[in-house]
Amino acid sequence: MTALEPISELKLEGITKRFPGVLACDGISLQVRRGEVLALVGENGAGKTTLMNIIMGLYRPDSGTIHVNGEEVHFHSPGDAYARGIGMVHQHFMLVPNMTVAENLALGLKELHHFMNLDIKGAAKRIREVSERYELPVNPDAYIWQLSVGEQQRVELVKTLCLGARLLILDEPTSALTPQETDDLIVRLQRMASELAIIFISHKLNEVKALSDRVSILRHGAVVFNGQTANHEPSELAALMTGHDVVLPRNEGSGVQGEALLSVQNLCVRGDRGNLVLDGLNLELRAGEVLGMAGVSGNGQREFADALAGLRPVESGQILFGGKDLANCTPREIIHAGMGYVPEDRQTEGIVPSFSVKDNLILKDFAEPRFSKMAFLRKKEIDSNAEALKERFDIRCPSTSTATGSLSGGNIQKVILAREISRGPKALVAVYPTRGIDMGAQEFIHEQLLARRREGIGILLISEELEEVMNLSDRIAVIYKGKILKVLPAVEATRERLGILMAGLADPDTPGDAQAEVPAGAAHE
Amino acid sequence: MSAELMIYNVLCLAVPFSVALLLAALGENFNQRAGVFNLGCDGIMCMGAFLGFMVPFTLKASPWAAYGNLLGIGAALAVGAAMGVVFALVTVTFRASQGIAGIGLQMLGWGLAGTLFRHFVGGVTGVEGMAAIAIPGLSKIPFLGGVLFNHNALTYTALLLVPACWFLLYKTPWGLKVRAVGTHPRAADTMGIHVDRIRYQALMLGGAMAGLAGAYLSLCQAKMFSDDLVAGRGFIAVALVYFGRWSPLGILGGALLFSIAQSFQLSMQVWGIKFPYEFAVMLPYVLVIVVLALARKARQLGPTDLGKPYNREMRF
Repeated sequence: MTALEPISELKLEGITKRFPGVLACDGISLQVRRGEVLALVGENGAGKTTLMNIIMGLYRPDSGTIHVNGEEVHFHSPGDAYARGIGMVHQHFMLVPNMTVAENLALGLKELHHFMNLDIKGAAKRIREVSERYELPVNPDAYIWQLSVGEQQRVELVKTLCLGARLLILDEPTSALTPQETDDLIVRLQRMASELAIIFISHKLNEVKALSDRVSILRHGAVVFNGQTANHEPSELAALMTGHDVVLPRNEGSGVQGEALLSVQNLCVRGDRGNLVLDGLNLELRAGEVLGMAGVSGNGQREFADALAGLRPVESGQILFGGKDLANCTPREIIHAGMGYVPEDRQTEGIVPSFSVKDNLILKDFAEPRFSKMAFLRKKEIDSNAEALKERFDIRCPSTSTATGSLSGGNIQKVILAREISRGPKALVAVYPTRGIDMGAQEFIHEQLLARRREGIGILLISEELEEVMNLSDRIAVIYKGKILKVLPAVEATRERLGILMAGLADPDTPGDAQAEVPAGAAHE
Repeated sequence: MSAELMIYNVLCLAVPFSVALLLAALGENFNQRAGVFNLGCDGIMCMGAFLGFMVPFTLKASPWAAYGNLLGIGAALAVGAAMGVVFALVTVTFRASQGIAGIGLQMLGWGLAGTLFRHFVGGVTGVEGMAAIAIPGLSKIPFLGGVLFNHNALTYTALLLVPACWFLLYKTPWGLKVRAVGTHPRAADTMGIHVDRIRYQALMLGGAMAGLAGAYLSLCQAKMFSDDLVAGRGFIAVALVYFGRWSPLGILGGALLFSIAQSFQLSMQVWGIKFPYEFAVMLPYVLVIVVLALARKARQLGPTDLGKPYNREMRF
């Protein structure tokens, strides 16, 4: 990966890319130079990732040109891009889980490939050099599957730098990190920016503000705005990104908070690898409140949601709901008890992607007399149900017979929410309900959740977005390593305080409270 | 007969039995590590067995007769590699369903071998085949000598291929690429690895080894050819790869276990133990099912993208 002069400028002109039925990039022109951080901002489906994959040579543009240092280039694979010093850290990590860090790097370092001999020591040495130089600690001999998300992120950065990248493309690099890890990453990137060029993709505008020199906004595959970051406020950028002013609704407090609805006691649940992921979790959800659960993903949230929905066996403990213990009940029993569930993975757990919208809307109730008679589905009822919900929840689809999987993430989520809410549940568990969803749909979903709260439904909101948790919740529970570290009223929560709790540290505001465990960082040394 | 002698007999028979399975499964392992499972392995073995037999049979009276076996093995390797390429074309380039394509290839190989045999040869005819070579010194070791060191060249080759395949898979650049391509092809692609090219190479190698396995059956084991010579060993080989957790050593263990069961059931008949013959024949197959059902699922180490065609422009 040497020979050519280091990259000092990348210029895109008129890049256009079509996928069947979608114009993903529409005549995009961009420019970035060494020593500069360009933020690329846009909603989901705006074409950011597609554009970056074109730069990396993973996709071929239908038209348009790419210039490096003023010279036109045609990349046929990421290898070509790396040869010119362009590297990318993908949002979904590009690491082979059953190989070591060094092996993952060795894949891309062709000079270590000798006949019948792989210089794995050379790869490890290279990793140590780079990780020291940029202060990104990484163990070259660890298997990827053993590493936490934050560590994998570092591995990705080190790997990209080892491969000789001097222009870094970072695709939503903070989406899986804690607030502390995010701040830390931003500081590191700022330090690295002087000798590198960085394209930073994000829809978190405060990060964009903190890190970037310039910002370009993409909407529907086209650049709608270019400017100096310093001259523009986040709210201004948000409006440009969505095409309208965005005001995310807030929980204004008040309202009647009823008695305990759901009471979880000493819940222990095993994870996929057989270890205890939930280890004596206690939590209480009241009617008419939004209880936010904040935490870095991987601290037991998924297993907790699975257990509540009856999808994962409970080792011990109780889930009391309306006077009944739901631990180890079947999903059907739990549904009948009045629990609504918006799952984390909307594509595979929330819907059947190949089913039509109207069929997905009755997925939990198809056997009810309302929708079936003598083992036959009542088509008219199903159609009118779908039309009504489409209207009420603003589901944007060509027709209710469209395959649900072909809709955008926001609309799929509206289908799920419509199904769960229209069943009239007593409690609703919503897991990352707006993850990866654009701001317009996010606004709508938040409004819906708050409206249900006013109706007296108890809502458990599991999310990593502190913004979301703080805006919507009455109380916030912080989960860390399978336990609730602390429950605090939302009015007392600040980003910093939650961030510290999410990292497993003692709450600074209440000394002596909540036994601190080993700090998250210490385990990595 | 003493117990020791009985065990000795069972083991002496099991080692040659395991060779065809071992060769085919070691080859299939490369396919699966690269993310493609080739159910057509059985059909490739049929063609390999046919050519391994046909070449020396045809050359019997020619001046080339001395090289008949070697040329037969070469032809089996070549036809196996060619069928691997056909399979790659269908599953990698055209991204057809691997299961269906594999069944198709199996039927093609099986049918073609049988048809060609009937057309060119007809009835049951033997070939001289390959003779056992006792390794000087080692074959005189009591017990082990007879079990391990008194076989034909292909048996030794197969046993040596176990460490060779391990080395190829874990210690060479090519093996690294194969493992990456089968587990996370997109990651491999972003590192500049040509996913399709590696899968083609792996399928060629796997095919060639399946062809060799077939040639072993006709040249060394049966010294003849018939339609049902392979008898589903290709499918057993595919199962052994799962059983062996995609590691050459595990595959060796599986192949030996299956072969011991098979040789045990044959020995039982020879010893005249009163046991329904049909049940005895089932024994090895039942064993494979039981073992596969009970095997621990350690997906972490396996090729997690097994069976999925890779399409670079397919969006998440």
